[in-house]
Amino acid sequence: MYPAISFEHVSRHFGTIKAVDKATFSVADGAFFTMLGPSGSGKTTCLRMIAGFDLPTSGIIRVFGEDVTNKPPYERDVNTVFQDYALFPHMTVAQNVEYGLMIRKVPKPERQKRVQEMLNLVHLPDVGGRKPNQLSGGQRQRIALARALINRPKILLLDEPLGALDLKLRQQMQVELKAIQQEVGITFVFVTHDQEEAMALSDQIAVFNQGKIEQIGSPQDLYERPQTAFVANFVGTSNLISGEVAHRLSGESATFSVRPEKMHLLHENMNAPLGHYQLMGVVEDVVYLGIFTRFTIRTSEGLVLQVIDQNREAQDEQKGDTVRVVWTKDAMNKLAE
Amino acid sequence: MIRRFSTYLYNHPAALLALLLGPPLGWMLAIYLGSLAALLLQSFYYLDGFTGQVVREFSLTTYRDLFSAAHMSIVLKTVIMALTVTLGSVVIAFPLAYYSVRYASKRLKVMLYFAVMLPLWSSYIIRVYAWKLMLAKEGMVSWFFAQFGLSGVLEGLLSLPIVGGSSLSVSNFGLFLVFTYIWLPYMILPIQSSLERIPHSLLDASGDLGARPFQTFRRIILPMALPGVVAGSIFTFSLTLGDYIIPSIIGDSTPFIGMAVYSYQGTAGNLPLAAAFTVLPMVIMVFYLMGARKAGAFDAL
Repeated sequence: MYPAISFEHVSRHFGTIKAVDKATFSVADGAFFTMLGPSGSGKTTCLRMIAGFDLPTSGIIRVFGEDVTNKPPYERDVNTVFQDYALFPHMTVAQNVEYGLMIRKVPKPERQKRVQEMLNLVHLPDVGGRKPNQLSGGQRQRIALARALINRPKILLLDEPLGALDLKLRQQMQVELKAIQQEVGITFVFVTHDQEEAMALSDQIAVFNQGKIEQIGSPQDLYERPQTAFVANFVGTSNLISGEVAHRLSGESATFSVRPEKMHLLHENMNAPLGHYQLMGVVEDVVYLGIFTRFTIRTSEGLVLQVIDQNREAQDEQKGDTVRVVWTKDAMNKLAE
Repeated sequence: MIRRFSTYLYNHPAALLALLLGPPLGWMLAIYLGSLAALLLQSFYYLDGFTGQVVREFSLTTYRDLFSAAHMSIVLKTVIMALTVTLGSVVIAFPLAYYSVRYASKRLKVMLYFAVMLPLWSSYIIRVYAWKLMLAKEGMVSWFFAQFGLSGVLEGLLSLPIVGGSSLSVSNFGLFLVFTYIWLPYMILPIQSSLERIPHSLLDASGDLGARPFQTFRRIILPMALPGVVAGSIFTFSLTLGDYIIPSIIGDSTPFIGMAVYSYQGTAGNLPLAAAFTVLPMVIMVFYLMGARKAGAFDAL
């Protein structure tokens, strides 16, 4: 059984810029795989190389074991939902959805049947006769999805498809995308810069930074056990502890990350519970955010820590108070670098 | 004073609009459309055969004259030439425009743009005469053919009926070359701007859905560039229909519509017939545009 996609030392250089630098990874069949990273990190270039819009400078790309590295897009069994939807403005919605079948010369009656199936799948059964510019952003997004799925690809590529939608619609589409993926049961490769979206949708996430993959793992892996400082701060936020302080606390010369919500504040006179690390500090800033309160603490070593406390009970730490910041040994995550 | 005036205009947007649109609208109505109306009116007068005076009475006599066989052959010749020139311009302009939009570097694109525009900066009569010399019997073009031992090809071309003649400069083919050369920029620029408006992602999407490059061209690029092609063809077609200078310098000097207009309003003093000859290309253009609309040329606008 081959993985749906595998990248073997794939690089893509634009002049002297290494857009993708020796990427090696594979995507399991049927997975919801997300490529997450800031803009310019190489995630979209990777997607375009899977689709065939862009060819690698070196390396091999396989789709279900078959080397597709230099195949043109029209010979690949993958389809794409574009960031700007890329609906054909001179065709009706139905003609847009039908396009892939028409190119493949599928007989007309079957074409019409499958177009209707796809429109039903994306919950827009009645818009076939309209032009794309008569649809709302969310509707265009669904039509782009229907058009990409009608060829029954083995892999669907999605390039920031929800980027142009407002927050409410985006959250609703996330739920629907996940449902559609489970219904059609194919591999989805999703590109986004939104870590929350990545967490909500994915089975596996690859975090990209400057053309390199920093870490691949499940949302939980990435959040609980980030391996690099970049991941620790791109997927959520983290307090980084290194150098002398880290050595004094743990006995190791390494960099550690601790999530703000895993740190707690104690009164300076209270003792830390057993098995906890602690640092003394002064409250520099208190931001009340409803669900939680965010404290900024400057420790006596000069470290600035973010601490998040759920507002389960009244917080009485004030700006200027001296406090004890404590966290468990489990919360202390050692970075690989 | 100025401030009060500004405030008044700010509070009365209709007055501002009237102020802005008044002069151009007046110009349009009085001078632009007015002359057309005069033209149309004139075409319904007729020339008295005995006195040579224009009779200012409504009559279809002039149009009856226009539709005589001799005059219709002029119209037919002009329309066929206009169609051929348009077709030739599209065939030459499209690849050039496409290259400039999709492949050329920024620098090359600017250079191409200048190369297209440059001829428009000089008088076209001069350029037509330059072509006459180039196409003449012992001109540059026949010399060029001779250098490659291809004189036979040129002679073969010139011996063809209708398109040929004793030399390129007096043949219909030569006329076609010069017309196409002169109007080409008007075809390249609109096609270029319509191609410019096709997002690259549409071409990616088409390929992604299984279309080979030629299918993408036929299904996506061509339909979306059609408004540009139609806009360009309006120029090449109507300019060829109305031109009287090029066919009087190049070609076998059988009259074109423009030449007929020129001679009827001038030496012959038959202003009504000249007017009727002028109305005809406008009617042809209206039908052309209606046809283009029906063919879906404006769907992508």
